[in-house]
Amino acid sequence: MTERENPALSELEGRLAEKDREIGRLKAELRAWEKAWGRIPKRDDALFTSISGREVKPVYTPLDLAEDGGYLEDLGLPGEYPFTRAPYTTMYRTRLWTMRQFAGFATAEETNQRYKYLLAHGQTGLSVAFDFPTLMGYDSDHPRSLGEVGVCGVAISSLADMETLFDGIPLDQVSVSMTINGPAVILFAFYVAAAERQGVSHQALRGTVQNDILKEYQAQHAWVYPPEPALRLIVDMFEWCSQHAPKYNPISISGYHIREAGATAGQELAFTLGNGFEYVERGRARGLDVDRFAPRLSFFFDVHNDFFEEVAKFRAARRIWARHLREKYQARDPESWRLRTHAQTAGVSLTAQQPESNIVRVAYQGLAAVLGGTQSLHTNSMDETLALPTEKAVRIALRTQQILAYETGVPNTTDPLGGSYYVEALTDQLEAEAEEIFKQVEEIGGVVSGIEAGWFQKGIADSAFRQQVEVESGQRKVVGVNDFTEGSESIEIDTLRISPEIEEKQRARLARLRAERDEARVGDALAALRAAAETGDNLVDPILDCARAWCTLYEIREAMERVFGSYKEPVFF
Amino acid sequence: MPEGDRKIRVLVAKPGLDGHDRGAKVIASAFRDAGFEVIYTGLHQTPEMIVSAAVQEDVDVVAMSVLSGAHMTLFPRVMELLEEAGAEDVLLTGGGIIPEEDMRALQERGVGRLFGPGTATREAVAYIKEWAAGRRERGG
Repeated sequence: MTERENPALSELEGRLAEKDREIGRLKAELRAWEKAWGRIPKRDDALFTSISGREVKPVYTPLDLAEDGGYLEDLGLPGEYPFTRAPYTTMYRTRLWTMRQFAGFATAEETNQRYKYLLAHGQTGLSVAFDFPTLMGYDSDHPRSLGEVGVCGVAISSLADMETLFDGIPLDQVSVSMTINGPAVILFAFYVAAAERQGVSHQALRGTVQNDILKEYQAQHAWVYPPEPALRLIVDMFEWCSQHAPKYNPISISGYHIREAGATAGQELAFTLGNGFEYVERGRARGLDVDRFAPRLSFFFDVHNDFFEEVAKFRAARRIWARHLREKYQARDPESWRLRTHAQTAGVSLTAQQPESNIVRVAYQGLAAVLGGTQSLHTNSMDETLALPTEKAVRIALRTQQILAYETGVPNTTDPLGGSYYVEALTDQLEAEAEEIFKQVEEIGGVVSGIEAGWFQKGIADSAFRQQVEVESGQRKVVGVNDFTEGSESIEIDTLRISPEIEEKQRARLARLRAERDEARVGDALAALRAAAETGDNLVDPILDCARAWCTLYEIREAMERVFGSYKEPVFF
Repeated sequence: MPEGDRKIRVLVAKPGLDGHDRGAKVIASAFRDAGFEVIYTGLHQTPEMIVSAAVQEDVDVVAMSVLSGAHMTLFPRVMELLEEAGAEDVLLTGGGIIPEEDMRALQERGVGRLFGPGTATREAVAYIKEWAAGRRERGG
């Protein structure tokens, strides 16, 4: 029997021909439909582009789906390569996303009370917001900390503060996320040492430290050291955690701050994943097997206003990460391909005018994050453009997640928007846009060169300016800001205020610590750290020794700074 | 060129440890588009660094962006240092996450208008232009 006569083959040919005819008919009908569409007047009070400036078609059809690649290759099943539909097989039927509200203010004592309040109201994980001095590696009694202690987060200057922060909160049971970058390894050491004092082993530690310095240079700007030593410390963390704390995520590669600084969804996606690839390359350059550390790399994305674009962004992120890790970096363990992420609703989208409306913005954004398949979520409080959130505002934000989880039915099925012509087309477009940006980054010599040249910073600032122009020209409506402003005249809402006495109290705590500790032990630990920094040794253990010896944050920062120097930003606007 | 026709010189400054520079960069670009001479300090500046830059650059206006909640420390300190440097004719203005009652308290202490979230950049531009016109009339 020749191929020509194979009945299965001719049936297949017949079906393909039928499919071609149907596509031809669809194309013809779509052309006619577009003509009719063109004749009908449209609203002239809206931009029909996404908030990122993406052109949006009036309708999407099967013609918008990628021609190459089939369902299994591009989408797959939940928990299976390329993870477009979901990172896990059973998703929210096994475990809902972790409801993790970012919180911290005043001293460790006040924040410890807030954590207990949140846990009592059904929150399932903790997320530490540090004050600016801590974020920059300054002790509360450093001259540069004046006026900022405990104001935007909690002040943590030593192991003693960290112990108070988690007093009565078992660190082997509650997973804790810490947003800290420049001095991340030092705060991580305080955390590990606090767990030790609770009798919790390194093996049992869960949680995440943000520790993503690349996006600090690009967007968030809480840096300490220059890129090379900073990256060395991060790889030290990868190595140490893979050996000692295998359930701990030593990094959360973050797009959130990139987006908040003004990036588009495509820039957020591409810069973040590009940073992720840079960390993978750094780990490999150290000689670490990619499958030893890649499974513990975690992510953090913003979830902004443009609903479908945001859902697609999460899907595209998973597919891009999986493809690069498997194909380019030759990871063999599926855990290395699986992108797991935290999400936070867009702080920058909140308005100071009519702040109660923010509850609604946050609810839509939270819905997009869950439809995008996030593993954990922070929903912003309505009053965050005005001050730190009050307890009431935080409770409403948490309730928003609980309503989503228990009342809407949304978590019942995985990736319910998968197969939507629009969402699939957006997912493909975002992936293509990211690939294009990866090429540009390569052309400018990689991520670190791009940072030094201000390439990322300029791209973000330009996008921010375009968005501002759209809002100020009235083309992009913001409810309560440039339209529907009745009720926006005065802002009457209770806000949380941090008393100046907090700074005094924290300085007194620190003075007591300095008076009571063994200075010789402090000096020895710092000298050992400085000596180790001069070599290529892994610095996590020496830093941990400093933490146990009650060295302060700034003392540890400074010991390394003497060897590493500090970072100077390229200034422009 | 008569003094009055000189371009308005503005120092856009980020004091303190706060790294949020989206607003500072947007306002700097808007000031430049409005025809001002703009100098941007970059991040993490102390009040001393800001005042020294203001004096060195001979600016008319210092516009500080503060999103860290430390405004009640930073604005008065810069005000005080400007006076010490004999630059009390410089307008100190700014914006950020600053509650209205704090704005009023700072204005009572001689700080210019402060702008909260959601303000159009043209409002800040108009304010500075008006201030400059008023100064010319006062013969400043």
